[in-house]
Amino acid sequence: MRERRGIFEHIDWWLVILYLLLVGLGWINIYAAVYDINHSDIVDMHVKYGKQMLWIFAAVFLAMIILLIDGKFFAQFSNLIYGICILLLIMVIFSGKEISGSKSWFQFAGVALQPAEFAKMGTALALAKFLSLTETDIRKRNDLFLAAGIILLPTILVILQHDTGSALVFLSFILVLYRAGLSDKFLIAFVLVPMLAVLSLLINKFIIVGGLFLIAVLVFLYTKRRFLNTLIIAAVFLAATGFVFSVNYGVNHVLEPHQRTRINVLIGKEIDLKGAGYNVNQSLIAIGSGGMWGKGFLQGTQTKYNFVPEQSTDFIFCTVGEEWGFLKGSLVVVGLFVVLLIRIVIVAERQRSRFSRFYGYGVAAIIFFHFFINIGMTLGLLPVIGIPLPFFSYGGSSLWAFTMLLFIFIRQDSYRYELL
Amino acid sequence: MERVYANRKFIVIGVFVIVGLIFILRLFLIQIVADKYVLSANNNVLRYITQYPARGLIFDRNGKLLVYNEAAYDLMVIPSQVKKMDTAELCRLIGIGIADFIQRVQKARSYSPFRPSVFESQISRENYGYLEEKMFRFPGFFVQSRTLRKYTYPVAAHTFGYIGEVSPEIIDQNLYYKSGDYIGISGIEKSYEEVLRGKKGMRIKVVDVLNRDKGSFQNGKYDTIAFAGTDLYSSLDVELQQYGELLMSGKKGSIVAIEPSTGEILAIVSSPAYDPNLLVGRARKTNYVMLSEDTIQVPLFNRALMASYPPGSTFKLVGALVGQQEGVLFPETRYFCGGGFPLGNGKKVACHSHPSPLNLSESIAQSCNTYYCRVFRSIIDKKTFRTTREGFESWRSFVMSMGFGKKLGIDIPGELNGNIPTSGYYDRYHGKNRWTSMAIISLGIGQGEIGIIPIQMANLAALISNRGFYYVPHIIKAIGSKDKPNKDFQVKKVSLIDPKYFDIVIKGMHDVVEGGTARASRIDSITMCGKTGTAQNPHGKNHSIFVAFAPMDNPRIAISVVVENAGFGAAWAAPIASLMIEKYINRKVKRKDLEQSMITGNPSTSAIKVIDQ
Ligand SMILES: [Zn+2]
Repeated sequence: MRERRGIFEHIDWWLVILYLLLVGLGWINIYAAVYDINHSDIVDMHVKYGKQMLWIFAAVFLAMIILLIDGKFFAQFSNLIYGICILLLIMVIFSGKEISGSKSWFQFAGVALQPAEFAKMGTALALAKFLSLTETDIRKRNDLFLAAGIILLPTILVILQHDTGSALVFLSFILVLYRAGLSDKFLIAFVLVPMLAVLSLLINKFIIVGGLFLIAVLVFLYTKRRFLNTLIIAAVFLAATGFVFSVNYGVNHVLEPHQRTRINVLIGKEIDLKGAGYNVNQSLIAIGSGGMWGKGFLQGTQTKYNFVPEQSTDFIFCTVGEEWGFLKGSLVVVGLFVVLLIRIVIVAERQRSRFSRFYGYGVAAIIFFHFFINIGMTLGLLPVIGIPLPFFSYGGSSLWAFTMLLFIFIRQDSYRYELL
Repeated sequence: MERVYANRKFIVIGVFVIVGLIFILRLFLIQIVADKYVLSANNNVLRYITQYPARGLIFDRNGKLLVYNEAAYDLMVIPSQVKKMDTAELCRLIGIGIADFIQRVQKARSYSPFRPSVFESQISRENYGYLEEKMFRFPGFFVQSRTLRKYTYPVAAHTFGYIGEVSPEIIDQNLYYKSGDYIGISGIEKSYEEVLRGKKGMRIKVVDVLNRDKGSFQNGKYDTIAFAGTDLYSSLDVELQQYGELLMSGKKGSIVAIEPSTGEILAIVSSPAYDPNLLVGRARKTNYVMLSEDTIQVPLFNRALMASYPPGSTFKLVGALVGQQEGVLFPETRYFCGGGFPLGNGKKVACHSHPSPLNLSESIAQSCNTYYCRVFRSIIDKKTFRTTREGFESWRSFVMSMGFGKKLGIDIPGELNGNIPTSGYYDRYHGKNRWTSMAIISLGIGQGEIGIIPIQMANLAALISNRGFYYVPHIIKAIGSKDKPNKDFQVKKVSLIDPKYFDIVIKGMHDVVEGGTARASRIDSITMCGKTGTAQNPHGKNHSIFVAFAPMDNPRIAISVVVENAGFGAAWAAPIASLMIEKYINRKVKRKDLEQSMITGNPSTSAIKVIDQ
């Protein structure tokens, strides 16, 4: 009993309260998104908010169980958990149920579970375990390849399920590697390469190559004139030029027309309100029409009358923007996420255990990536990639996976006192 | 050693904060700076449904319903909301082809992509039933109910006029009208448009993405109610109107009957006529084309207001009045008639054989041409006038005061001025002041350049029966309720002729019927006063004209009848006028033989022999 009280004493209440706020606000907005005047019973199991209510209770129960588990458990069994996740990912490819084009679901007693959601957690655990080993040095090529392998194995399996959105999430682990000592160059390349790709589609490729050449010349002038430097500069320049041409060729000759349209709509080269641009346009209309103060709870016309697609899952932020407006909705939700992310980083930094710290970064990276892609898509800044907004979007799998992800971290954090 | 990298947390936190700020900035731009999203949101969910009020009804003078409304349904389209759908199904439901469909949507789009346009007007009740159920499958389309005009009696089409879709020109000028609205295009529907139309209302409905009705917007807070149009009480006596149209069947011409004491139009017939129900609803366009392309019958032409004739001998009444007023003509003034009035160049204005010399009332009864040529000369060449021009101007002002040469200002559109030539006209023709009374002598007997429209002739009869005044003829006697008289027609118009000069003229008109040119049209039970006329027609057989009023002492009806190409006034116009008078005053016609011969007879081949003029 003493020990148990001790656990709850050392919980980071900041994280718990932020979690509860996001889940609660999420439920209110799911309720509004699917609200129908004829079915307003909040525990009606035939409607989404009724189900979500049940899943929230289950998630809270799950969180409490995690808090009761022994602190050493996750570090010890991280590889096993990772292994189980990988196994499930393989199984789902063969025996999974196909839902809207992705063969990534298991159906248990009326509840659909998506192993990919849990694989993110498993990967975060395994990666943290690997990085926390004293002999691991991410700056060494072998260790980097091993870390990359831990990340890429589930990524490939998720891609095989045709769930590109979820697969992209695994890219976010580069943040963990970065904290572990990965060279800056990788992070910079991680940012610059997509930028170069977009630019090469927007601007004439010869102008870009000219620009790249100019930069190469400048870099050459301001570095020591060593043969090796010159060689590296030339190689990077040639690689970049090749990249620009291959992106152009890829988009114009390899991609299907509808994919090309989607990309062109996103970078603003094409306006297509009926096809690829429809969802985003409706999403912007819903959010934009919310104005400063919003239309009020249950008063959102765009979301309630189904103009916004996927409004309770991927486009749940539309309801926030439309009904609660800029001040009460947008600022609050974006603010809560940013505060949550910063809090996770702060808590991660105070860990004595390297495992806990790297796991914390993994949690932050996954939540951040979902937040970044989901809201970026809703606001028309990023391509339409269907991944949920953590804690907010409708869906049991996603909610439970994020709850486990976060509460394992909270448990690790509270365990640090037990290590004394 | 990874403590070395502890500072990287700032980079990581920095990335989170920057992404958060980018989102906040983007949200600020779309939620607060831009307002196009609010407009788009309203376009998405709000449907502005015009509530068309029922158009005002029209009753006859005895309270009989003449014009009423019937529900009809228009299929409307908002082009910007048309999405992918089963176009073939919709085409099948309303019976059009795909090419037609595309063309109609294009047309609507060119008016406005965001406002509703009529896609198919007046769909049948049966199709409406089908459509209503399937409407949600056709995004961008909705059904608008509106009313169609219906006519209880197939008469007075020219007077009622018709309604039709408002033209783009009017939409540009008048903010009230939107594309697809109906507006009165002619007749009473046009002149009383603002009274009849009522006030449109607007209901704002919310629809979902499938265009399904989700109820009214904010519980109807911004809805406006439609107000029904105001009813009109016409002065028309529909039985008399029907009778007039029956009498005129197969003939070209017009009848105008006025109540002298008020100026109320009792009947106004233009023949050939058409059934007003032809210009209603879907068939309106085809029927309109059919009627307007009939260049022989010209059924759309309202002769009562738009045909100008030389009045012939009926104008002798004017000469008799002006002559007395000028002091050059007296009851016992006699002029010798030797078969005509010599024009001095070997030619003469011919006259028929009658006793001679005649006094004033006898000259009216016998319609002596010579007499009125001399009266006209004595007026124009009166000693107090220094020039012909002065005499003519004086004559003209007396004539104009009796309602000729300008629009009377009646409440049915399309009325002509008629024509009383000006001295300027003769200056241009003969040279300035180089014309004499002899040059314009034909004016004295209502021939030449003079043009009178039938309603002006009827008004002359009313003016004489009132002994010098008239009320502007009008078709609507009350607006809104029977006891709310039409205020526009309450002013008594007094002519420049002294009332005392009328009795002798009325006596002459009485004699016309009793023993003069129109004695064949005499009615036993009613003392009728009239005057025959024959309008010269350079294109064919002359037009038969008759003006009359009755009873003589307490006039209740003044009338003009013109039957084109029917020869002498006494031949067709006078009998028809007398039948109308008998019908109106006795409500029943006893002279069945005359009635029958008038209805079935054909003036252009008739051989009825009567005294000329
Ligand atoms: Zn004579």
